[in-house]
Amino acid sequence: MSTPTITTDTRPDSSASGNALTQRRSRPGEVAFRMAMQACLLIAFGVLAALLTWVLVKGWNRLDSRLWTEMPTGLASRLDTAGVQSALVGTLWIISLVALICLPIGILSAIYLEEYADNTRWYNRLLELNIQNLAGVPSIIFGILGLGIIARALGLGFTVITAAIVLSLLVLPVVIIATREAIRAVPQSIRHASYALGATKWQTVSRQVLPSAVPGIATGSILALSRAIGEAAPLIVLGAVTFITFNPDGLDSGYTALPIQIYTFITRSQSEYTELAAGAIVLLLAIVLAMNSIAIFVRNRFEKRW
Amino acid sequence: MNPTTDTTNRPSVSVAGVGAQSTGARTSEAADPVMKLSGVSVFYGAYEAVRDTSMPIQEKQITAMIGPSGCGKSTILRSLNRMNDLIPGARVSGSVTYHGQDLYAKDVDPIEVRRRIGMVFQKPNPFPKSIYDNVAYGPRVTGMQVSSMDDLVEKALRDAALWDEVKDKLKTSGLALSGGQQQRLCIARTIAVRPEIILMDEPCSALDPIATAKIEDLMSELANDYTIVIVTHNMQQAARVSHYTAFFTAEVDEQQERHGRLVEFSQTGKLFTNPVDKRTEDYITGRFG
Repeated sequence: MSTPTITTDTRPDSSASGNALTQRRSRPGEVAFRMAMQACLLIAFGVLAALLTWVLVKGWNRLDSRLWTEMPTGLASRLDTAGVQSALVGTLWIISLVALICLPIGILSAIYLEEYADNTRWYNRLLELNIQNLAGVPSIIFGILGLGIIARALGLGFTVITAAIVLSLLVLPVVIIATREAIRAVPQSIRHASYALGATKWQTVSRQVLPSAVPGIATGSILALSRAIGEAAPLIVLGAVTFITFNPDGLDSGYTALPIQIYTFITRSQSEYTELAAGAIVLLLAIVLAMNSIAIFVRNRFEKRW
Repeated sequence: MNPTTDTTNRPSVSVAGVGAQSTGARTSEAADPVMKLSGVSVFYGAYEAVRDTSMPIQEKQITAMIGPSGCGKSTILRSLNRMNDLIPGARVSGSVTYHGQDLYAKDVDPIEVRRRIGMVFQKPNPFPKSIYDNVAYGPRVTGMQVSSMDDLVEKALRDAALWDEVKDKLKTSGLALSGGQQQRLCIARTIAVRPEIILMDEPCSALDPIATAKIEDLMSELANDYTIVIVTHNMQQAARVSHYTAFFTAEVDEQQERHGRLVEFSQTGKLFTNPVDKRTEDYITGRFG
């Protein structure tokens, strides 16, 4: 074998003149790609900004306390004194119940799958695959399922609890997947250290793995809840009432929710309704943004670095 | 002002069978070994990672396992306190006895095994908790009866030669310490549960020479009270600290699969000055590995 010869031509120019280092060459490919990325960012951000501006301008006149102190109305003549209180309270009821139902189930399922399940078994792999699939099922399907099984077969009817159960099922895969990611991010060396000291499995999970995974679990859970807040499709088939002038007072109460209320306002022709809808959208966005801010705060405050 | 920690806290072990095992290849040492490996093979699935290992572990002595990468020394080490159980598909055949008791017998609880046979890992892995809680974790989870946790923590940190460096910051995170301090914290954490045997898996490979020297001094100190088994890449380290040395190598079989194999086991001085096997000699003289 002949040894490869390196010709000096292929080396970067290091000649005595020294100019080669200081001459900035233009690299068209680099510039073009950078501009393409910036354009994409601009599209995403531009659409969001336009939407926000539109709802703020439209709803400006309605952004006052009437929004949450007054009930909605079906009469155009009473619109001046109308708000979305029943929908806001309905949404808060539902989301609290979703948190109570879906977080324990989702987090415990994730712990099982991540720490206990033997993933060489076919049934555990099947479970995993289906959880991924569930996350992709359109929300209206969950609504129809809830209508058939929970509202009718179980006889829970068109109530707050039915809506909460269905929305819990809807976001459960998201909570499970986020929690599994958080648990998986805890280094294996921590588990081994705990076992090597004579800790049991549950001691290791509860005292080492879960505390370290809390920031990730909290972030994922809050984002899942914000998704549930914005869902309208399943509630449409689950009998969210379009105009109700009372707040839910129990699990078996009739209800409406903000996305449904917004939808019904918008389908009306009077411009007053459009304004009220815009106001309600701002309210809904504010709730979602507040929840996401909590998620970011929790993540930054409690994040562990290894 | 040395704290008085109850040293009778050590796990009691049924010693049935000790002394009844005079068969098999006994080395020239008089004492009965605290652990004994006989024909131990470790499998990962169908793959036999280490083949047919037999050697004793002598009480309150340091036993080193040396050899090139992939020779199975860490695998054998993990089989001594059933850490291999945590690897899916891992299986051990042959027998590993501890005071004559087969560690892989059906009714043996691996948690009780690890309580008596602790482990220090290659990369320092303190818990993301305070220094104090790192040390107190083991006694807490194993439900040790202690008169004063503060005294126990201080004793463990003193025994690990870390107390003077951390006594004023016991509440700060263990992760804030330097690499060498972290490793000594891991040793303190291990000895806090008063094990009988400490396994160390290349405990100095992530440390600088000064931190390494401190850990080596510490090991010699600890050998007064504990039986230590150390896996190391570093032959000089084995020669410096250990009383017995086991040399492993990797063999390639007809199917081109690599299997770890124990080549030679003897007193460290003898193995390094007068090895019996040609492969040992090649390795320690630097012709191979």
